[in-house]
Amino acid sequence: MNTVAVRKPATGGTRITKFLADNGALVGLFVLGLALFIATPDFLTGPNLLNIGIQASVIAVLAFGLTFVIVAGGIDLSVGSVAALSAMGSAYMFSTAALPGWLALIGGLLVGTLAGAVSGFAVAFGRLPSFIATLAMLSVARGLTLVLSDGRPIATSPAVSFLGSNIGPLPMPIVVLVIAGAVAALILNYTVMGRYMYAVGGNTEAARLSGIPVRRVLVTVFALSGLFAALAGLLLSGRLDSAQPQAAAGYELDAIAAVVIGGASLAGGVGRISGTLIGALVLVVIRNGLNLLNVSSFWQQVVIGVVIALAVGIDSLRRKTGNH
Amino acid sequence: MSMPILSLDRVTKSFGPVTVIDGVSVDVHPGKVQVLLGENGAGKSTLIKMMAGVYQPDGGRILVDGREVVLPDTRASEALGIATIHQELNLVGSMSIAENISLGRMPGRFGFVDRRKMKEDARAALALIGLDLDVDQHVGTLGIARQQLVEIAKALSLDARMLILDEPTAALTNREIAALFRVVEDLRARGVGMVFISHHLDEIAAIGDSVSVLRDGRFIAEVPATTDEDELVRLMVGRDIAQQFPRRREYAGEPETLLSVRNLSTKGMVNDVSFDVHAGEVVALAGLVGAGRTEVVRAVAGVDPYLGGSVSVRGKELPRLDVGAAIRAGVGHVPEDRKVQGLVLGASVNDNIGYATLASTSKAGVVDFAGQRSRAKGVADTLRIRMRDLDQAVGSLSGGNQQKTVFARWILAESSVLLLDEPTRGVDVGAKVEIYELINAITAAGGAVVMVSSELPEVLGMADRILVMSGGHISGELDATTATQDAVMSLAVRDVQRDREDQQMKDES
Repeated sequence: MNTVAVRKPATGGTRITKFLADNGALVGLFVLGLALFIATPDFLTGPNLLNIGIQASVIAVLAFGLTFVIVAGGIDLSVGSVAALSAMGSAYMFSTAALPGWLALIGGLLVGTLAGAVSGFAVAFGRLPSFIATLAMLSVARGLTLVLSDGRPIATSPAVSFLGSNIGPLPMPIVVLVIAGAVAALILNYTVMGRYMYAVGGNTEAARLSGIPVRRVLVTVFALSGLFAALAGLLLSGRLDSAQPQAAAGYELDAIAAVVIGGASLAGGVGRISGTLIGALVLVVIRNGLNLLNVSSFWQQVVIGVVIALAVGIDSLRRKTGNH
Repeated sequence: MSMPILSLDRVTKSFGPVTVIDGVSVDVHPGKVQVLLGENGAGKSTLIKMMAGVYQPDGGRILVDGREVVLPDTRASEALGIATIHQELNLVGSMSIAENISLGRMPGRFGFVDRRKMKEDARAALALIGLDLDVDQHVGTLGIARQQLVEIAKALSLDARMLILDEPTAALTNREIAALFRVVEDLRARGVGMVFISHHLDEIAAIGDSVSVLRDGRFIAEVPATTDEDELVRLMVGRDIAQQFPRRREYAGEPETLLSVRNLSTKGMVNDVSFDVHAGEVVALAGLVGAGRTEVVRAVAGVDPYLGGSVSVRGKELPRLDVGAAIRAGVGHVPEDRKVQGLVLGASVNDNIGYATLASTSKAGVVDFAGQRSRAKGVADTLRIRMRDLDQAVGSLSGGNQQKTVFARWILAESSVLLLDEPTRGVDVGAKVEIYELINAITAAGGAVVMVSSELPEVLGMADRILVMSGGHISGELDATTATQDAVMSLAVRDVQRDREDQQMKDES
């Protein structure tokens, strides 16, 4: 129909409003930081900020990978389990199979990529809804983790432990976070495959009719999600110097929350790595702040839930009012 | 004359700076069929949405039974007895007929559905239009025509005294149309007022009483439904047909065979179809909806699989079900429904133009953003896509500009065989002519065009050769310069399969 959306030319005031509306999560993060700065002197200190960075690293790296899947219109529930399986696989290769440490690290990344690719094949060729395929993978990967470890922690290789260490004052997890984010943003924004992800998520049929290899795109996004989940799992085990069988359980929900708080749409076609990073930081800063303020961890869950609902609610309201 | 059930009195509607309805008046009388006639984009849909309470007029009044009313939503209009039968039916396919008819107001007893009463109500509703169906049947298992009748029954069971029928015949066969018209006749006899939208001029005389003609959102005239078709076209278009279809044949090169389809058959839809298309030529695939035209085009484009036969471009056979290979061979496909199949509506014009060429212009998998953008800009300017800038979401463009965006993708990909499926559907008059000029330009440059179209004037006006399809077969070929609407139609309704069986029986006896 002739519903031509017309936007008024941006004057100074509306330009600022538009920036604020388009970057709601960033504004939220800023307000949150300001409130915590006023509420407690412990918030804005070097050690605490590094602490936030370390805590955010695992969630953010998981969420970066998940962003590919969500942009392409899917969902990946298995990232927590795949993270655990990859870490355990790597530790197994080092401790039991006696591979060199660096090879065990790469092996761990391969395990995650492979697990993701399997989900991807199930979605692309087996026509399973991604929710189901990755729900299955969630169970399979966790089960394999338990089988591999016999339910006990296994020591990680030095290369993996290095990921959890510090270089001087700088924690490696933050370095990994920054590099992983940059790589993810590069893939999503600048490669042909990245642009295809937006097309497939925006309209799969139109993408297919334009000659976009939809199945290959689907396998790729899940494989990437698995790769980033593996990296997150290695970070986590590196910090503990051991791979835990129950590591990262339930992290998939935090990762999904981070992606949607960051402005991605579960309907596909919309999402940015920068948004996901902000989403992960929002989650971690809230937890950190509530800890500093001595709020019980039970109540923290309530607060997090409300924040997720608010963030996504405000976002969809904004879209509905046509500010998009 | 009786008091109108509903009157639109000089209503006006704008979306932003675009005025889509400008001071239009329409009366709907009990027991009369009021036809709204106009080209796509003339404002018919906006008008009926105002009647239904979907849109509210910016100016003018809406009167029901002579009293001014405000219709803030569809509930308000339904409460006044106004029901709309949309092109996209509002039925839940996975629920039974009975459940659909009582949807939203299921008879209950202590919170449980009173199934017996629900079924009785449904049977009574179906009886209103003389329909005898098993009310436990799932709606999804019914054909589109039956579904439409169920929806009409549902409206009547809501005590509707005015029905808005938005292109109800678009997806029906002739037999189904006849059945629908019997229902309409019956409703007319019972004093139900109706608004009828159709692009088929012959239906107007068959079913209408009075015709309101709209052009570019303005009221042009109200004439009796018996007005002859040429006059209706003149009122509707405001000019002669000749100017509407500016087909020029300017290709002077070799008439090389670009596309060759041999014995193409798909599961259930296309039956042994063969044809060639040459450089500089427009071949139209005409026929009724469901004749298999779209299926041919989709199979050629690599979108759907086919059982037998072959598709070759420039003598080289294309693999089945491989869109990428078809594109590389020079095939461009403008699909039937640009919103569902052609465009990523939330993505920018720039992105949408580039999808087919992102990979071939990339370096080491990295998108050539600057080059892609300047190429997209160039082709968008050539096609005169009216947009704010290349980053505007394509979903916010008008229908014509959206369609030009799909074309732009294939111009950029330098496709030489263009498969156009209803290329001007939902496109306003001005953009239509621009699309025709584009077709002229493509063929002048030595391209070949296959055009599926349900609009006969367009087929006769733009094609060089017409292949008429019926029941999955090509039932005949016509030269466009000598073809008439009647000739096309008689081929379109020919039952090729039965003719063959008759021939066989004759041979055997």
